[in-house]
Amino acid sequence: MGNSLNAWSEALAGFYLFGLPLGLVIIAAIPLVFIALYSLTYGVYGERKISAFMQDRLGPMEVGKWGILQTIADILKLLQKEDIVPTSADKFLFVVGPGILFVGSFLAFAVLPFSPAFIGASLNVGLFYAIGIVAIEVVGILAAGWGSNNKWSLYGAVRSVAQIVSYEIPAAIALLCGAMMAGTLDMQKITMLQSGTYGFAHFYLFHSPIAWLPFLIYFIASLAEVNRAPFDIPEAESELVAGYFTEYSGMKFAVIFLAEYGSMFMVSAIISIVFLGGWNSPLPNLGAIALNDWTTGPVWGAFWIISKGFFFIFVQMWLRWTLPRLRVDQLMYLCWKVLTPFAFVSFVLTAIWEIYIP
Amino acid sequence: MSNPTYTVIFYLFAAITVCSAAFVVFTRNVIYSAFSLLFTFFGVAALYVFLSADFIAVTQVVVYVGGILVLLLFGVMFTNSIMQGQKSEVLHIIPGTLLLVGMIGAMLYTFYTTHGWMPSETTLQGSIVERIGFETMSRYVLPFEMVSILLLAALIGAAFLARFDKSSK
Repeated sequence: MGNSLNAWSEALAGFYLFGLPLGLVIIAAIPLVFIALYSLTYGVYGERKISAFMQDRLGPMEVGKWGILQTIADILKLLQKEDIVPTSADKFLFVVGPGILFVGSFLAFAVLPFSPAFIGASLNVGLFYAIGIVAIEVVGILAAGWGSNNKWSLYGAVRSVAQIVSYEIPAAIALLCGAMMAGTLDMQKITMLQSGTYGFAHFYLFHSPIAWLPFLIYFIASLAEVNRAPFDIPEAESELVAGYFTEYSGMKFAVIFLAEYGSMFMVSAIISIVFLGGWNSPLPNLGAIALNDWTTGPVWGAFWIISKGFFFIFVQMWLRWTLPRLRVDQLMYLCWKVLTPFAFVSFVLTAIWEIYIP
Repeated sequence: MSNPTYTVIFYLFAAITVCSAAFVVFTRNVIYSAFSLLFTFFGVAALYVFLSADFIAVTQVVVYVGGILVLLLFGVMFTNSIMQGQKSEVLHIIPGTLLLVGMIGAMLYTFYTTHGWMPSETTLQGSIVERIGFETMSRYVLPFEMVSILLLAALIGAAFLARFDKSSK
C-alpha cells in the first residue's frame, strides 16, 4: 500500500490543461462537491427524518416517495427567493459574512485524508492546521452578526464566538493526546499508524487505557465548536430567534447552513482520524477469513472514513433531540472547570503511558 | 519555486496582503479596518508557507486571527458610538509621506548593504515540527519556560482583575 499512498491526488496535481493547473482546481472541488451532496442528502433530508423518527413523527412525506425529493424542492425555493439585505444592515459585512464562514469551514477539508489515495495537502502540520483554521470561521460569524445590525444577531454572534474560542482549548489538548500517541501531526501518517491486521484493535481509542477520555472530551468540545445541541445557545430559537443568522434569507441562509454541515463533517472526520483509524477498516482478519485485507484499498478507505464521519453526525443529531440546551454560565462552567482540567489529566496520563509503557 | 503556478499564487497573496493592509490604514470605518486585518494576517500566513515555514504559518493564523483579531473585534464592537467616523479629519499628507519614504528607504538601504539578496542554498528537508519541538526542549528550554511563566502570570492577573468582587456587592 505504501507506493499507492496519495496516488490519486498526486496524479491530479500533475494534471495540466493548456498549461493551466486544472488538477489542483479539481482537488479543491472534490471536497466542495462532497459537502454539497452530503448536506443535500444526509444533512437536510436525513436530519429531518432522523429528528422525526426520534419524536415519533413521519417527517417530510409529501414530495416524492417518503419525501425523498423534499430537499430538491427546498433548494429550488431557496434559489428563487428574493435576496433581502435589511436597509439598516452594514451591506458589505452582511454579504461577506456567510462567505468567510463557509471558507473557514471548508479550509480544513484540505488536510482530511479521504482515502489512502486522496488527500488535499499532506502537510506535516495537518492536525494543527485543522484545529487552527476554525479561527477564520469565528471572524465570519462576527461579520454576519455585526453586519445584520440586529441585537439578537449580535448576541448570537458574541455567544458563538465566546463558545468556539473557549472550547478550542479542551479540544486542542484532547487532540494533542492523539498526536502524542502517533508522534506526528500529519493526518495521513496518523491514519497509517493505526492500520493493522486486527482492524479496530489498532485504533488509538484502544491504544491505552486512558484514550477514551480525550476521545470523549474532544467529542463534547466539538459539539460546542459546531454550535450543535446541547450547545446551540448561539442560535437558541426560544431566546434569540435564530442567533447570528436571524436576518439572512435565500441563498445566503443556504450558504450558512452549508458551512454548518461542512464543519459537522469536519469535526466528525477529525475525531474518526485521530481516534478511530480514519480510512482503516475496523474489521479484523480472522484466520483464513481476511476481512481486513478484503476491505482495505482506496475505494474502501473512502467508504470507511465517510461512514465513520456519518456515524458521528448521526450521534450529533441524536443528541440534539435528547439533551436540553445549556445556559451560558453552565456552558462556561463545563468548559473551564470540567473539560479543561480533565483534558490536562488525560494529557499527563497519556504522556506517562507513552514514555514508560511501550 | 520556478513553477509559474506558484509565482502567480505568490503574487496573488502578496497583493491581498498589501491591499488589505492599505485598507486597514485608509478606511474611516474602524470595524472595516478590523475585518480587513483578517485578510492581512491570512496573506502573511500564506507568505510564510512560501518560505517553507508551515508551522509558523499555522501559528500565525491561530494566534493572530483566533486570538488577537477576535479580541480586537470585541473591543471595537463594545466601544460606544463606533458607527460615526472615529478618525481625525486632520491630515498631514506631506510630512507623513516624507516620513514614510524616508523610513522605508533607510530600512531597505540598510538591508541591502548589510545582507545582500542571497537565495538560500539549502532547502528544508523533513518535518519542521519535530525540529522545532526538539530545539524548544533542548537548546531553548530556559527561554521557553520563562515565557510560559510570564504567560501564566498574565493569565492569573487577568483572571484576578476580571473576578467578581464579593465585597462590593
